[in-house]
Amino acid sequence: MTIEFETPKPIAQQQYVLKTVAENMMRSVSREMDENEHAIPYGYIEFMHAAMKATGAGSLAPKEEKKEEDANKPKRPPIGYQMLAHMLEMLAWGDVGMYLVTPGGGLGAAAVQAAATPEQKQKFLARFAGEKPTFAAMCMTEPGAGSDTSAIKTTAVLDEKTNEWVINGEKIFVTAGHKSMVPNDQFGKGFIVVWASIDPSAGRAGMRGFVIEQGTPGVTVTKLEHKMGIRASDTAAISLVDVRVPFDHVLGSPTVEKQTEKGFKKAMATFDATRPLVAATGIGVARAALEFVKEKLAENGIEIRYGLPCNQLTSIERDVIDMEVMLRAGWLMVIKAVWMADNSKPNALESSMSKVKAGDVTTKITQKAVELMGPLGYSREFLLEKWFRDAKITDIYEGTGQINRLIVARQILGYSGAELR
Amino acid sequence: MYSFEPNEEQQMLIDAVSRFAVNDLRPVAHDAEEEGKLPPKIISKGWEMGVLQASIPEAYGGFGEHSAVTGVLAAEEMAYGDLAGTLAVMTPSLFVLPILLAGTEEQKKQYIPPVIEADWQPYTAALIEYAFDFNALELRTTAVADGGDYVLNGEKTFVPYAKDAPAMIVYANLDGQTQAFIVPKTVAGLSVGEEAEKWMSLKALPTYRVKLENVRIPKANRLGGEAGHDVKPILAASWVALAALAVGVARAAFEYSRDYAKEREVFGVKVAQKQAIAFFLAEMATEIEAIRMLTWEAAWKLDTGAEDGYKAAYLAYMGAVDMAMMVTDRAVQILGGYGYIREYPVEMWMRNGRGFASFTGLAIV
Repeated sequence: MTIEFETPKPIAQQQYVLKTVAENMMRSVSREMDENEHAIPYGYIEFMHAAMKATGAGSLAPKEEKKEEDANKPKRPPIGYQMLAHMLEMLAWGDVGMYLVTPGGGLGAAAVQAAATPEQKQKFLARFAGEKPTFAAMCMTEPGAGSDTSAIKTTAVLDEKTNEWVINGEKIFVTAGHKSMVPNDQFGKGFIVVWASIDPSAGRAGMRGFVIEQGTPGVTVTKLEHKMGIRASDTAAISLVDVRVPFDHVLGSPTVEKQTEKGFKKAMATFDATRPLVAATGIGVARAALEFVKEKLAENGIEIRYGLPCNQLTSIERDVIDMEVMLRAGWLMVIKAVWMADNSKPNALESSMSKVKAGDVTTKITQKAVELMGPLGYSREFLLEKWFRDAKITDIYEGTGQINRLIVARQILGYSGAELR
Repeated sequence: MYSFEPNEEQQMLIDAVSRFAVNDLRPVAHDAEEEGKLPPKIISKGWEMGVLQASIPEAYGGFGEHSAVTGVLAAEEMAYGDLAGTLAVMTPSLFVLPILLAGTEEQKKQYIPPVIEADWQPYTAALIEYAFDFNALELRTTAVADGGDYVLNGEKTFVPYAKDAPAMIVYANLDGQTQAFIVPKTVAGLSVGEEAEKWMSLKALPTYRVKLENVRIPKANRLGGEAGHDVKPILAASWVALAALAVGVARAAFEYSRDYAKEREVFGVKVAQKQAIAFFLAEMATEIEAIRMLTWEAAWKLDTGAEDGYKAAYLAYMGAVDMAMMVTDRAVQILGGYGYIREYPVEMWMRNGRGFASFTGLAIV
């Protein structure tokens, strides 16, 4: 092993292509998508679907190795998650709201990838390589259960006569819930993964993910949220009334093992993998904002004098330097976390740290950027004010900054959830 | 490729330095600070680990290759033991590394082996000046060409071991450019203050004012010879060193306060079980890791000759200054009253922590 910071060639090539996509297919319609909440960026979606089909890139969980490696060929270190982190950073730099409507299954597919049997993976994931772009979504949050997932009230009861699960409950804040569950000629048939309890007395140990296909009776998209930012992304409320799904739609073991909390841990394992990826999207937004600031300063002949003692910097120079420090440190923490994932090193700590840092970095940089740019920052003629609004979600979804601090604290203190509540 | 694990050689060095930091430096740190003196044996033991020697090629008396990455790994580890002790052990690098980085072949051959092949001797360097607006790129100390000589005038502060130094690097303003000059102790016009200087911390590290009054040195003593050199790589190497030392000091403060928080009972639970304290600790750990990553990358950029290595080193340093203050301040806060008592080490780390804003030139890797 060694300490190195060289971007691997395949990643550099990928970034070159993605930058073109971000500039020409995202930035070009960014403002329009923001002003017309819930408008669907078909151009981007179709392009990404075609591109991902051609290259195999883009799923939140990297594909398993298909072929046995040639024993004589020198083995390359795995970089799947590193590629994803770079991809997400660049797409979010383009437009994070639009990135969230990238087809390919998102968190729903990631949950299947993480917790399903090979047969289930075949059954549920094959569609994403089909003719039409297809969406899937993860349903965890409920009106009374956010970060505290043990408070989830949605239930799944096995009807032994028909061997079907009967699911009841109410889910909110479902990213891409509408595109996954409401039929659309342009899209393939999607699904949602609903987290529900098969034994409410068992707490988290009784929690399982269930795949519910589009068109299943009893599932209704009841609302599309109007949000501060990421307006291109649909955030749905979904009601589940006596929804029946076949027995094999449960992810993981259908029996409750009270001691191990296995079911819940599967869901949490998904988060270890996805937190640095979400952090990467925040970093992308922050980079967009910082680049805008530096561009405007340069246009006005203001140069940042790197190398001066801090008491001789102007206030703006000091701010820009602080922003650069934050941005780069946040990004390197993401890279380290995904590098660990690629190399099968346990990364629960680094993964949560990267999310803590990215949440801070993204909100602070965009907020400072709007402040520094005065009317230009506040104006809807530029995208900076949009990035300020888009950025805030980074510190909220996929575990708020506070929940991630709690996880980091438990890790460094060696405390269980019961010891540090 | 990205990779975040030291290689085998680096790991062996880290382990050795860690043993020295924990078993030798840390146990004497408190008394050394109170009494204003390090046991000389500690300094020679630290020197004999060969951190500097391992970064000097064989041609100049060492047994390795210069690597800023290896340097920052060792610096963090040693500073975890004690900052003053680390700066003392590493003082000769202030003389050797600028020559290695910017000197001519003759200068390297002439000046490096006598330092590297011998016991620890306080070869040192003089950069900082006693002014609030000290700026390494706009020095008040001047160098003026005069025939075959340069004539140096000015006053320096924060020069470690100047009193006993056989020679030192002196940085001066030559036609608007900061340039380094090799100045032997015996030269006329060079005077070192009688008393060691008094600072908020680092009391175990003797530093002195150095006055230069029409000090005449041959032109051959300018680093890089007649053509001179670019001082920026030297400054960059100092910034990453300081950033790594700041990470080491911050880690010491973080771990001590974390362990204390797990012991101390309040209202029937450990104080670490209070979210206010747990969140403090989580943020401290996160910031330490953030600056460590910046420091590693900057050092790697210096090693690979990346175009933006200078900027990366500066950013790592700027981040480290704030991080060290934040982390050490919170460590004191977590210990409450005990944090303020000199019997416990955290208040010293907090005094160390503030110093990084003023230490440019006091360490180099």
